[in-house]
Amino acid sequence: MNAPKTPGGARYGMVIDLDKCNGCGACAVACAVENNVPPAAERANERNGITWLRVHRVEAPGEARAAFVPMMCQQCGEKTPCASVCPQNAVEVDPASGIVAQIPVRCLGCRYCMAACPYHARSFNWWDPDWPGRLTETLNPEVSTRTRGVVEKCTFCSHRLQSAQDAQAAAGGDAKPPAYTPACAEACPAGAIVFGDLDDPESEVARLAHAPGSFRLLERLKTGAKVYYRTERDWVRRLADGGTAAGDGRTHG
Amino acid sequence: MDERLVPRGLVRAPLSRFLLWLVPWAALLGVGLYAAYLCLAVGLNQTNMDNRFAFGLWIYLDLTVIALGAGAFFTGFLLYVMKKRELAAVINSAVVIGFICYSGAVAILAIDVGQPLRFWFTFWHPNVHSMLTEVTFCLTCYLTILAIEYLPLVLKNRQLKKRPSMLLFEFELHKVMAVFALVGTVLSFFHQGSLGGLYGVLQGRPFAFRESLAAWPSTFFLFILSAAAVGPSFVLATTWVVSKVSGRPLVKPEVFDLLARVSGSLLVVYVLAKTVDTLVWINHTSFQLGVHPARFYDFAPFGTWALFAEIVLLGLVPALLLVLPRTRRDPRILVPAAFLACAGVATNRFVMTVQTLALPTLAFDPFLSYTPSWQEVASFLAVLAYGVILYSLSFRYLNLFPQERELAAASEV
Repeated sequence: MNAPKTPGGARYGMVIDLDKCNGCGACAVACAVENNVPPAAERANERNGITWLRVHRVEAPGEARAAFVPMMCQQCGEKTPCASVCPQNAVEVDPASGIVAQIPVRCLGCRYCMAACPYHARSFNWWDPDWPGRLTETLNPEVSTRTRGVVEKCTFCSHRLQSAQDAQAAAGGDAKPPAYTPACAEACPAGAIVFGDLDDPESEVARLAHAPGSFRLLERLKTGAKVYYRTERDWVRRLADGGTAAGDGRTHG
Repeated sequence: MDERLVPRGLVRAPLSRFLLWLVPWAALLGVGLYAAYLCLAVGLNQTNMDNRFAFGLWIYLDLTVIALGAGAFFTGFLLYVMKKRELAAVINSAVVIGFICYSGAVAILAIDVGQPLRFWFTFWHPNVHSMLTEVTFCLTCYLTILAIEYLPLVLKNRQLKKRPSMLLFEFELHKVMAVFALVGTVLSFFHQGSLGGLYGVLQGRPFAFRESLAAWPSTFFLFILSAAAVGPSFVLATTWVVSKVSGRPLVKPEVFDLLARVSGSLLVVYVLAKTVDTLVWINHTSFQLGVHPARFYDFAPFGTWALFAEIVLLGLVPALLLVLPRTRRDPRILVPAAFLACAGVATNRFVMTVQTLALPTLAFDPFLSYTPSWQEVASFLAVLAYGVILYSLSFRYLNLFPQERELAAASEV
């Protein structure tokens, strides 16, 4: 069980509208650039490359329109599967923001967290990261690069939260959790990603998360994910909980 | 040439033949060390593991050899704590096998982790809630104990024994060996259990997740029980193999009989416990996680035959063969039954590691397969070669089987 939430803290989360998402992948590109994800190694493929955010194309027989499901770390809540298994506390849940942090400098590279994650949202650095030529000039100075042999994942752009907190403190602002936007939400041309404090009842994200049609992936595993999805298509919702599009009542494990 | 090092009264093959026996194993070790070097120097991209198959051949075989190596702790427990004196005939060999299994597993783990130089982080800032922390602590302590248990065997070598200080040290070590055996047993119980717990706690993997009994998932207890059951079978099987390879009787039939009886009895208990656990998992746990258990077996090649093979063919069958006096006393049945029992625990570890990771959790994730790279296979074969070489050297220069001299003399008469 994670540490209790800090009084006055936030519980950042997002709602992704699958009916708006057209699968353009801008979120994935923005995420990679923002977080210094290196260019793929020559022999890398979709199974061993580093993807903090990937977009699944989902289809069902008889359905004319495919759905696109952007997948990143689901920022699990009460019982974070990866945090409890890491032998050296390289995964920590920030009680002030709810963000599941990955600390690469502590990581042994045992990959137990990857085995524990039901969303396959974690990537291991199978290769030495390499930014050839002047690509190093594109690196974001606010995000540290990782080395070979460690695990990494989406952090909800927590460096942007730090910047927002710094700016709030410099402006002498109140102690209210600051608002900020991760790179994926900022880049989405369809406005499909809404981000904010799920515990702030006045926030758009809290309203959407609790609106009809919203759901979380693999809700049945009770991971308390802080990423919600929305759709009016029933078959997408059934698939999201691990079932089949036809809804035969049997779900994947 | 090396007769002065061979224990008195024991006959060993000529040195040239012994060296010839070692050559292919040394070559295998060399290839494996090169593969391990590639993994360490170039990176784990030399393996075929990936972000879905985060654990592969290495973890599976590590779990298997650690289970088989349990013969060391359980034989020690039976001998020193339960006072089963007959097992003094195999305890030395069991300790060497245990040391080989555990040191080999640790060596492979050092290659398997992405940052091996950070191994000490787990001791420095451990997450006490992680099963892997428990495994790391117990494994490290138990390997140290196995090294301490191995030491008196080495110190008893003819040439080393000539030094009074060595003899005295060996004598003093021998006096406290029961304490080490007991501590080793406790540590072993914990890390065998923790290895089972590694998978049982994975709430995100309904195929592996098991409900808790006290603080631990049921797999914690099942791993302890299966390792304790199969350890004596592995000691029996290896003793038989060494006896065949060396062409010498090494232990009296009563020793085999006792090992088989212990192994069979525990295997019966294990199969019963595993059956109950499986029924609870099928009828309760998986439904609670919203998964129809039949779904787990929808994916080829992991049909329900895997479950049947694990529990019945490689569990119940060897258990009965080992526990029934009539079949146990027939060497044509005894040895294959011991091998079947070992295959059963290997299958269980395969199911827990590989099948767990192969099954998709998200509906839009495909079922994926994985084939180990030559570097993974060669690295593990290096452990096998290391084991054969170390065991061969120990067999040649140390007195692994105290009854061998007596049996050799009897056969000459």
